[in-house]
Amino acid sequence: MSKNVSVWSSIPFWRRSAAWVTGFAVVLLIWLTFDTMGQITMGTDDDLKNGVTKRVPAPTVINYKITYEMSEKRGHEVPVIGEKEPFFGKEYSVEEAAAALHIGKLTSQSKNCMNCHTLLGNGAYYAPDLTKAWLDPAWSESGPMMAMTGKSTKEEAIAEFLVNPSKYPTHARMMPNLGITPDEAKGLVAFLKHMSSIDTNGFPRNFGKEIGETNAH
Amino acid sequence: MLTSIKTNELQFESQKIGMMYFRVAIVLFGAQLLMGLIAAAQFLFPGFLFELFDFSVARMVHINALVVWMLYAMIGSVYYMVPFETGREVIGVAIAKLAFWVLTAAVTVVVLVYIIVQVGPGTEASIWLIHEGREYIEAPRWADIGIVVVVLVFYFNVFATYLKGERTGVMTVMVANLFALAGLYLTGMFYTDNISVDQYWWWWIIHLWVEATWEVFVGTLAAFALIKIIGAKREIVEMWLWIEVLMLFGSGILGLGHHYFWIGTPEYWWEIGALFSALEPVPLIAMFVHVLYDWGKEQGVAHAKGEVGSVMNNGPAMTWIVANAFGNFLGAGIWGFFHTLPQVNIYTHGTQFTSAHGHLAFFGAYATILIGMMYLAVQGTYGVKQMKATKLSKWAAFMIIFGVMGMTVALTISGYEQVLVERAELGATWDAFFIAQNLPWMVQGLAWRLTMGIVTFIGFAFLVMDLLSIGKNAKDAQRA
Repeated sequence: MSKNVSVWSSIPFWRRSAAWVTGFAVVLLIWLTFDTMGQITMGTDDDLKNGVTKRVPAPTVINYKITYEMSEKRGHEVPVIGEKEPFFGKEYSVEEAAAALHIGKLTSQSKNCMNCHTLLGNGAYYAPDLTKAWLDPAWSESGPMMAMTGKSTKEEAIAEFLVNPSKYPTHARMMPNLGITPDEAKGLVAFLKHMSSIDTNGFPRNFGKEIGETNAH
Repeated sequence: MLTSIKTNELQFESQKIGMMYFRVAIVLFGAQLLMGLIAAAQFLFPGFLFELFDFSVARMVHINALVVWMLYAMIGSVYYMVPFETGREVIGVAIAKLAFWVLTAAVTVVVLVYIIVQVGPGTEASIWLIHEGREYIEAPRWADIGIVVVVLVFYFNVFATYLKGERTGVMTVMVANLFALAGLYLTGMFYTDNISVDQYWWWWIIHLWVEATWEVFVGTLAAFALIKIIGAKREIVEMWLWIEVLMLFGSGILGLGHHYFWIGTPEYWWEIGALFSALEPVPLIAMFVHVLYDWGKEQGVAHAKGEVGSVMNNGPAMTWIVANAFGNFLGAGIWGFFHTLPQVNIYTHGTQFTSAHGHLAFFGAYATILIGMMYLAVQGTYGVKQMKATKLSKWAAFMIIFGVMGMTVALTISGYEQVLVERAELGATWDAFFIAQNLPWMVQGLAWRLTMGIVTFIGFAFLVMDLLSIGKNAKDAQRA
């Protein structure tokens, strides 16, 4: 390269710069990945017992009442893990809870939930977001789904719906029957309850706080 | 394209292998559009094929066919350009052909299983044999392993050819980028019960493909195509290419953070994701400017020499390259920037807004240039010196671009309503979702999306007809 050529039109200069910038971005990404992995690894049952907050709690979180409350400190809503409550009429052991979550997560993939619904906001847009589905007012005592499925608890109502979705149509757009077994349905409910306890930085905003019709026409 | 099996002016086996990949790519492209039409119709008529061929199945094949046809066309483009850049035949011709047939057989089996089996029980076996239920990378684990083997064969072939042949800047970027592109696929080949960890690595593939390595791939193809079509000066094109690599990787790699706002990952991704993804449109503007600059410059040089007419030796290919330069900026850049800031994204995340961006970005950034590469390959196959756009080329380009733009605008309007009503007003519950889905803005948007999807499909039919006939007709005209 002759001395008269500007560095700005020098291929070696841009090649070196591209390599340095890419290398820097990759190193930073890998470093942040290690940090993030540490923060999103599942907590333990002891964390739950001792009230240690984890971004992704242990599977035994299904033994606790979960709510979604405004945090003044963080400026958005966060899942709050409260008192113990029975799940399908009992308290799940560490092994049972892990097994339920395992079958639930596997079922969520093998039944292709993500190609109609969104999970943590990712997926398809044909059906409601499932991030905080466990906390949806539709499934609460005041909602319509318990009476419709004839069940007395939220978890039983959701499980019954998942086994026979097209038996309980709520809209013209229905969930199809996917051959979900009662065991898989229990697992899916555990998976949904666990997902609702994940700290998603306030997504979705204002979930379940507004009930009723829209003002838009 | 089909007759090219018999009448072939291509001097290198590598280019013929490229044509084999292009033929499968165009078939899968058609499958993608067909599945999209079914899914779009199901939004409006939910009873359509209910419990026979549900939305989830149509949608899975729609996006999987998209990813696979693009990978096919990308591999085809590489095999096509390798002899031009390295000045020699690809090293392993027989193994490259074998890999093609293995991959094509595997893809056929995977698609048939998607369509016929659809869902399995909640077991590991389903993940291994049917599909993984992870958007875009649904391929079952056995197919993952097969894909890795085939891609290794492909990569070895390209890399060895690069080492033995001439090492141009374009090829250097190509082999380095392909290494990253192929390696990233490995980050998706595991199972975890932790959905946050699952989605963290899932985005490593999806984002670092479509917003980093695929973009650099497009830059490399554009560089090659500009040299081929308008005779752009290699030094200038290669310098631009390195600047594009710098900007694309500099913004795109950490831009990954914009997928980590709400999946359980820490808050610092808000700042990192917002900052770097906001920079992502910059290289896309640069690429657009670069294409127009080179085109204008070469045309000007030709005029100054007293030559008449266009410097392009391939009209339809250039049309799609320019459509790519602008579509990439508009679809990936503008539509992406719309909802990349966390303050906006908390409401838009997972709505039809995302869908609008997805359609225009995949089309603008990738479909366009890959179609351009197909025209380039057809020109080479028939040995056409000057390939002019036919009526069919023009109608195909117009209807496809108009159709995709129409779908995008329709989905943007639907998404806007969904964001305001479902997310902002009613707080994203089951009820809120359906209230928003049933409002006229949503329904009419979805109806226009289907209409524009049909327009796109007709354009696609013209495109296939044109690709099948343009080379032969131009060749005949050249002889006459």
